[in-house]
Amino acid sequence: MSSVPPIQFYPPARSSQPPMPPEAARVVQVELTIDGRTVSVPAGSTILDACRAEGVDTPTLCYLENLTPINACRVCVVEVAGSRVLAPACSRKVEPGMAVQTDTERVRLSRKVVLELLGSSVDLSTAPQAPAYFARYGADPERFGAAAQPAAANERDGLEAGHHHAADGQPSAATVGQPVKIDNELYVRDYSKCILCYKCVEACGVDAQNTFAIAVAGRGFDARISTEWNVGLPDSACVYCGNCIGVCPTGALMFRSEYEMREAGTWDEAAQTSTDTICPYCGVGCTLSLLVQDNEIVKVTSPLDSSVTEGHLCVKGRFGFSFVQQREPGAAPTT
Amino acid sequence: MDIHVIAPLASPAERAAVDALLGPPSSGWAGGSRDSANDGHVARGGHAARAERDLLLPALHAVQDRIGWISQPALAYICRRLTVPPAEAYGVATFYGLLATRERAPIVAHVCDDIACRLVGAEEVCSDLARTHGPAGQPSADGQTTWLRSPCLGLCERAPAALFTVAGDAPEQIGEAPIDAVGVIARLASAAAGRPIAIDGASLSAEERLADARISVPQAGDDGLQLLARVGRVDPGSLEAYRSAGGYAALNRAIELGPEAVIAEVTASKLLGRGGAAFPTGRKWAGVRAAQGSPKYVVCNADESEPGTFKDRALLEHDPFVLIEAMTIEAFATGASRGFLYLRGEYPLAASRLRNAIALASAAGLLGSDILGSGFAFEIELRIGAGAYICGEETALFNSIEGKRGEPRNKPPFPVEVGLFGKPTAVNNVETLANVPLILREGGAAFATIGTEGSAGPKLFCVSGHVRRPGIYEVPFGTTLRALLELAGGVPAPIGVTADDTIRTILLGGAAGVFVGPEVLDTPLTFEATRAIGATLGSGVVMVFDRTADLVGTLRRIAAFFRDESCGQCVPCRVGTVRQEELLARLAADRPHGSRADELRLLGQIGQAMRDASICGLGQTASSAIESAVRAGIVPA
Ligand SMILES: Cc1cc2nc3c(=O)[nH]c(=O)nc-3n(C[C@H](O)[C@H](O)[C@H](O)COP(=O)(O)O)c2cc1C
Ligand code: SF4
Ligand code: SF4
Ligand code: SF4
Ligand code: FES
Ligand code: FES
Repeated sequence: MSSVPPIQFYPPARSSQPPMPPEAARVVQVELTIDGRTVSVPAGSTILDACRAEGVDTPTLCYLENLTPINACRVCVVEVAGSRVLAPACSRKVEPGMAVQTDTERVRLSRKVVLELLGSSVDLSTAPQAPAYFARYGADPERFGAAAQPAAANERDGLEAGHHHAADGQPSAATVGQPVKIDNELYVRDYSKCILCYKCVEACGVDAQNTFAIAVAGRGFDARISTEWNVGLPDSACVYCGNCIGVCPTGALMFRSEYEMREAGTWDEAAQTSTDTICPYCGVGCTLSLLVQDNEIVKVTSPLDSSVTEGHLCVKGRFGFSFVQQREPGAAPTT
Repeated sequence: MDIHVIAPLASPAERAAVDALLGPPSSGWAGGSRDSANDGHVARGGHAARAERDLLLPALHAVQDRIGWISQPALAYICRRLTVPPAEAYGVATFYGLLATRERAPIVAHVCDDIACRLVGAEEVCSDLARTHGPAGQPSADGQTTWLRSPCLGLCERAPAALFTVAGDAPEQIGEAPIDAVGVIARLASAAAGRPIAIDGASLSAEERLADARISVPQAGDDGLQLLARVGRVDPGSLEAYRSAGGYAALNRAIELGPEAVIAEVTASKLLGRGGAAFPTGRKWAGVRAAQGSPKYVVCNADESEPGTFKDRALLEHDPFVLIEAMTIEAFATGASRGFLYLRGEYPLAASRLRNAIALASAAGLLGSDILGSGFAFEIELRIGAGAYICGEETALFNSIEGKRGEPRNKPPFPVEVGLFGKPTAVNNVETLANVPLILREGGAAFATIGTEGSAGPKLFCVSGHVRRPGIYEVPFGTTLRALLELAGGVPAPIGVTADDTIRTILLGGAAGVFVGPEVLDTPLTFEATRAIGATLGSGVVMVFDRTADLVGTLRRIAAFFRDESCGQCVPCRVGTVRQEELLARLAADRPHGSRADELRLLGQIGQAMRDASICGLGQTASSAIESAVRAGIVPA
């Protein structure tokens, strides 16, 4: 009786080399000129990427690294040789041989007028970039006359597309001024500070949250960010992730804590520190940046360049910090 | 996405209006009554559910037409049926002038107060109505009727005009012109009493008057016309009549030639787009044919809303089959299998004739899965706009069809590569398409000999304002402005006064066009010659203003138009159009901010920023007519 040879399994021979990452696709470089200097950037870059690589400072308002460029504010426009109109640097892709000018008369005029149009219609007092941009382009929003009276609460939200009341020749300039919307404990919406950059809509929609609680409603100058039928946030689809606050460039969307401190005159940026930590709630492990003033957390953000969050959080990480401050009497740290 | 619905339930009438379009709801998830056996553990959602988003605007129309306005529960029901987030649907509903999101009387007169109508007393019509019926928008005592101001209704040749809309189980819409306040009130009363809006005129009913081609097209019936050859001669409701007048010979010829040869003919014809941008049609078609991606689409842009423009309406109303045939040829040439015809919401007669034409062509196998036995498949869907000039911009039009807000997209990428539903798309103006059967019949080379070197073919012009016979005129490119005005009966003037002395200015190209003076009357009407004088042909508008015309008021109306019609997406246009309007109002009231010269300098800077930095053609041309008026000295310095 012949014996059946045992079946043996052998592990494959070990590679003599440590495992390597797959070969990266070869990046094609594109050459263009910016203000006469030759620059080489990877294909698929935007003019803005090229400008930044070259150290050319370009103003932006509606652009954010973690959102799809919507190119609506037009403050980043540049001159591209051969193009009839100016191009938005933040979204126009570079092409070989493109000749870009970022500081011509035409560019400066458009940027200046765009800033003036915004400054004359929107309250930019809490927009961090605004003062530097205005100074750089000599923008003077007063040229259009003094600001007209703000609208009553919810008045702008009721405007229908089509006919408006024709301007009456008064020397005042229409604005988006209106009372602040305060309808929940977590954040306020002050749309008199809204430049309609669409960032919050993108963050609430497919770029981050996929909740679609807010959208742009109305048309033209009457366009505004709105929930369905302008219902309050508690009645809307909002889940209070606060990602819209994180991307808002003007402070139109603001933590209630920050808003109340600003109202009370106690908001003091010089006295604030930012500390990065990891959110304690779930296993995702989002990076939190805690903004602390007088030993109290006043605001929570996440770094845009965090590979976990790309700047976005959920309601727990964003707003669930009060437990940190629920100190037992007597248990407060003594040092 | 989660569809979060908070409102009370839609009324039976609202649901019925939506269900008439979409069919009964398939499950409790989609807004039907809940059936735990079926709905219990079944998820509904994903791509299939969201793929119906393009039915959003038709669904909004369905409720608007039936109820007269769109309530929160009605919108919520639409959102559940189509899996659209309510905030986004609200953003879409509030984008359009003809859709009401607050309660509105079911019978509405939309009274045009735009540039051509205000030349012949539209403001008086409005102030009479305000006195006798009440302020615009206010419902009558019985809540049945109201009136609203409207931008140009495309009836400028018989200004002043109004559009009546009656919501109900059998919704009715009709344009009426000329009309005064008494006429508006009589029609509102007639509709409120359940009778037709169109009350009898002296001899013809309004419907017949509207249908009478000779009023809009004074040349109708003349020999030697090409684009207008069938207008007033061939029954627009009969496919047989169209075919016996030579219709569909071009499609037969196209199928014989094959797609590449069709594109070669169109390229050889040197046909340039008539929608305003004058882009070579052959190049566009070749681009779509060569583009990667499928399916491909063709779109006919019938949104004609440029103030003073009404040429496309005449073709749509009086020769609807030519567009069906031309779109079919275009689809055959470009490799598209589906077409959309996007018609502005203010053209009800065109809508019913196009619907009829599509139905007859489908029944005859001229649309469908095997056209003329060639194996080529193509369908056309009619989509109706809802009061938004910006939706004539091609990429805004795509967004509108897709059920989004009609906001233009940034270009590049161009529609040839990334168009409707993100696919390669050939979009053409109505008049552009109407040339196509002509080209196939005569050959591209022969067509190219009509007109001039740079502007080939016959051309339609919309002549309005102070001329004896306003209307649509067909002339070969190269005809002078003077000859065109003579064709339109000339400018009424006292005996012994020449046209040159009577005319103060002529608006070429519409609200986005340019004011020129009588000194250019001998300019040939071509793309190149108008460009040389710093003007544009635009959409073919030629609006004449004599020395009595209120030009400052006209300019303010143009400024108001752009403010109203800006989509609001980009800053230069959204705010610039407001500042431009305020500035003109200050000048008109003689309350300049600083000196008048300061104001004019500021106006120029706003204009330059809008032209240079706006996303789309609306903002880029919003200052064109106004700045040209400053140059021509119409605005006193
Ligand atoms: C604000 C705006 C409105 C427009 N409206 C129309 C329109 O109503 N009809 C039209 O055919 N083209 C309109 N156009 C031009 C279209 O974008 C597009 O160029 C045209 O439909 C292409 O067709 P064509 O090549 O046959 O001219 C408009 C453009 C802009 C910027
Ligand atoms: S908090 Fe989150 S869910 Fe609410 S509106 Fe902002 S992004 Fe949308
Ligand atoms: S609220 Fe803020 S983020 Fe949203 S559109 Fe306005 S400015 Fe932009
Ligand atoms: S130019 Fe005007 S209409 Fe065009 S995208 Fe900008 S805001 Fe909208
Ligand atoms: S930053 Fe480029 S358009 Fe706003
Ligand atoms: S219909 Fe009134 S201006 Fe055209």
